[in-house]
Amino acid sequence: MKELTIISGKGGTGKTTVTAALAALGDRKVMADCDVDAADLALVVRGEVIERGDFVGGSLAVVRADDCTACGRCEGLCRFRAVRKCGPSNAICNATYAVEPLSCEGCGVCVEFCPVSAVDFRPHTSGEWLISETVHGPLFHASLLPGEGNSGKLVALLREKARRLAAQMDLSLIIADGSPGIGCPVIASITGASLVLVVTEPTLSGIYDLERVGALVQHFDIEALVCVNKWDINKGLAEAVKEYARRSGLLWAGRIRYDEAATRAQLAGVSLIECDGGAAYDVRGVWEKVAACL
Amino acid sequence: MSSHTHKEAVPYNAPAGRPALRIAFASGKGGTGKTTVATNLALVAAAAGEEVTYLDCDVEVPDGHLFIKPEMMSRREVTAGIPRLDMALCDVCGKCGEFCRYSAITVIGKKVLTFPGLCHHCGGCMLVCPVGAISEKAQPIGSVEEGAGRGVRFVQGLLKVGALAAPPVISAVKEAAADGLVILDAPPGTSCPVIETLRDSDFVVLVTEPTPFGLNDLAIAVEMLRMMSLPFCVLVNRARPGATQVADYCADKSIDIIAEIPDDRRIAESYSRGEMIIETVNGVRVIFEGLFERLCDVAGAARRGTRGRHIEGAP
Amino acid sequence: MKVVVTSTGPDLDSRMDSRLGRAEKYVFVDTNTLETIASDNPAGFASAGAGVQSAKFIVEQGAEAVLTGNCGPNAFSALAAGGVEVYVGSCLTVRDMVEAFLGGKLRRVSGASVESHFGMRGNS
Repeated sequence: MKELTIISGKGGTGKTTVTAALAALGDRKVMADCDVDAADLALVVRGEVIERGDFVGGSLAVVRADDCTACGRCEGLCRFRAVRKCGPSNAICNATYAVEPLSCEGCGVCVEFCPVSAVDFRPHTSGEWLISETVHGPLFHASLLPGEGNSGKLVALLREKARRLAAQMDLSLIIADGSPGIGCPVIASITGASLVLVVTEPTLSGIYDLERVGALVQHFDIEALVCVNKWDINKGLAEAVKEYARRSGLLWAGRIRYDEAATRAQLAGVSLIECDGGAAYDVRGVWEKVAACL
Repeated sequence: MSSHTHKEAVPYNAPAGRPALRIAFASGKGGTGKTTVATNLALVAAAAGEEVTYLDCDVEVPDGHLFIKPEMMSRREVTAGIPRLDMALCDVCGKCGEFCRYSAITVIGKKVLTFPGLCHHCGGCMLVCPVGAISEKAQPIGSVEEGAGRGVRFVQGLLKVGALAAPPVISAVKEAAADGLVILDAPPGTSCPVIETLRDSDFVVLVTEPTPFGLNDLAIAVEMLRMMSLPFCVLVNRARPGATQVADYCADKSIDIIAEIPDDRRIAESYSRGEMIIETVNGVRVIFEGLFERLCDVAGAARRGTRGRHIEGAP
Repeated sequence: MKVVVTSTGPDLDSRMDSRLGRAEKYVFVDTNTLETIASDNPAGFASAGAGVQSAKFIVEQGAEAVLTGNCGPNAFSALAAGGVEVYVGSCLTVRDMVEAFLGGKLRRVSGASVESHFGMRGNS
C-alpha cells in the first residue's frame, strides 16, 4: 500500500484542487483530507457522509459555578489568561470564575490547585471525523470546531482509519490532502508517507515557503516531487522553483497553467479533470510523474 | 453584533495621541489575500497621514516583509519558562511527570527528563513538586523584530523552528503596538494563534474569495468571531461578476461586505513579484482608499461600542 | 534478549511500522525463542509527546532494544534514560527486522535519526 500526501507550504496554491484531480485519475484508492483546518476536499468529490463520530482531542477545565468561592487562585495561576471572573453568581458570591474554552490549553493547573476542587477536567469534543462515499472512492475527513488547535492528533487518526480501510478493501493507494504551513499537522500528515507532492506557486511568498517545506520533507527522508501551479503568472519565478527543486534533490513533477477551469470546477463541485481544459491536461502530466514514483 | 449594527458612522479622525485603533485581518483559509490587503491598506493609510503600525502576527510564515520591505532596526528575543531541575532536592517522586499533560517532563526509572520542545509553559510541574526542586528558566521561543518601511512602522514575530508555542510570540508582537492605526496580519485558520492575534482587536476584516472553498472556510471563521464577540466585516478578494455565493451568505447572516477587489490576472502577477498592487495596477488604489475610509468609520464606531465590554467566551 | 519491533499488526509476519511514537502496535519478541507478545501503542493518538509516552511504555515493559524505522530525539533520550538501545532499518515484516537485527544488519542509533518536529512552525 502506498501513501501519497500533497502539501503546499503556503496556503492558496491550489493544493486541494490538485489533490482532487489526482484522486480522479488514480484508481483503487482511499482519500484522506488531512487539511482539517480548511477541509475542502469533500466539496469537489461529490460524496455523501456514511459514517461519523466525535473527535475528543483532549480535556479542558470547567469551573463548577455552584462550588466556586471566587478566591481567584485559578486566575492567578493560569498562564493562558483563560480564566476570568465572568461566571454566574451562587449562594456565596456575586460572580464566580469561568474558563474561556477558546483560550484553555488543557494544562490542568487550575484543576489541580483549586483549594475547593471546584474545577473539573472534562474530555472535550473538538470536532468530528467523517467517512464519505464519493465518486472517486471513500473519503476520510473531519470538521474541527473553531479554535481547536490540536489537529495533529486528528490527522493521525484520519490516516490510521484510511490505512485500515485500504488494507481491508485491498486498495493500493491512499491520497492525502495535507495542511498548508510547516507546523504540527503537516508533520503528522507526512510522517510515514511513501511519497510527497508539493504544490507551490511562482510568487515570492511561494518560494519563501517552499524552501522550508522542502527542508522538512528532506529531513524526514521522504521522496518528494514539486509542481508549480499557475506557473504562467510569473514564468521567471516558475523557472526558479524548478531550479530550486533540482538543487535540493526534489523531483520535478511539472507545471500547471493558470486556468479559469479550476474555479469553474470548484463551483460545479467536481474535480479539474471533469472540467477539461489546459490545466486538466497539465495535471495529467503531473499524475504520470507521480504514478511513476509510486 | 457585526459591523452592520454600527451604521451611525461617526467619522474617525481623532487627534494625535489618541488610543490605538486595532484592526485585524484574518481568513478561514490560507492564500485568500490577507497579507496583500493588509499591506496595501497600511500604505494607503500612511499616505493619508495616519500613524500606522503593521504587526505581522503570522509568526510561522510571516510574509508581510516581502511587500513592505522594511529596514529592521531592532530585534529582541521572546522567551518562555521551562522547568529547571535541582537534582540535589529531587527525590524522584514522579509527581511532575504524572501532572504534565504534554510529556514535557517525564520520569523514567530513576531519571527525570525534560523536553523543552513539548513544554507549554504552564508552570504546573513547578507548583506540583512537593520539595521545591523545580524552578523555571527562560527558553528562547522566538523573536520580535521592529523596523520601518514605506512610512509604516513594521513589527514581525518569528517563531523559532521547533518551538511549539506561537501565542507568547504573538503576544510579544502585540505589545509593540503604538497609538494610531494598528494593522494586525493574523495567521490563517481558526486555531489558537489566530485567537491570540484577534483577542483585544477593535475590529476584524475577514478576507475571503467567492468560491466554494472560500465560503466553506469563511463560515467557520465567522463562527469563531461570533464566539469571541468581535465586530467584523467581510472583504471579498478576486471578486467575479456573477459569483454571488459569498454575498448571498453575508446577506443571509447580516454581515457587511466592506469592499471587493476584482479578480484580475494583473494583480496576481504583480503580487507574485512582491509589489504593492496599489502602485502597479490601475484602479486598485482607489479601492483601498475607499476601504480605508469605510474601515475608519465602522471600526471607530465599533470600538466606541465595545470598549469596556468584556469579551465573553462561548457558553 | 527481549526486543520490541514497531508494527502494523500483532505478529512476526505483520508489516513493520516505520514510526515509533505513532506506530500502530508494538510486538515484543524474545530473540531466543521468537515468542511474541503484541500490544497496542498507548500513545498512538496522543496530541503531543507520543514519542516520549511510547518510550516510557517500552522501558516499563522491559525491552532491551527497539527495532524501528525512525526515532526522534525526544523518544531517543527517553529510551536512552531507560537503558534501551535503538536500531533502525527498513525491512518489510517484523520477522525480517528481527532477523536483520540478529544478523547485525540494522544500524544502531547513537542519536536521533530524525529531528524533533523538525521545521515545526516558523523560520530558520
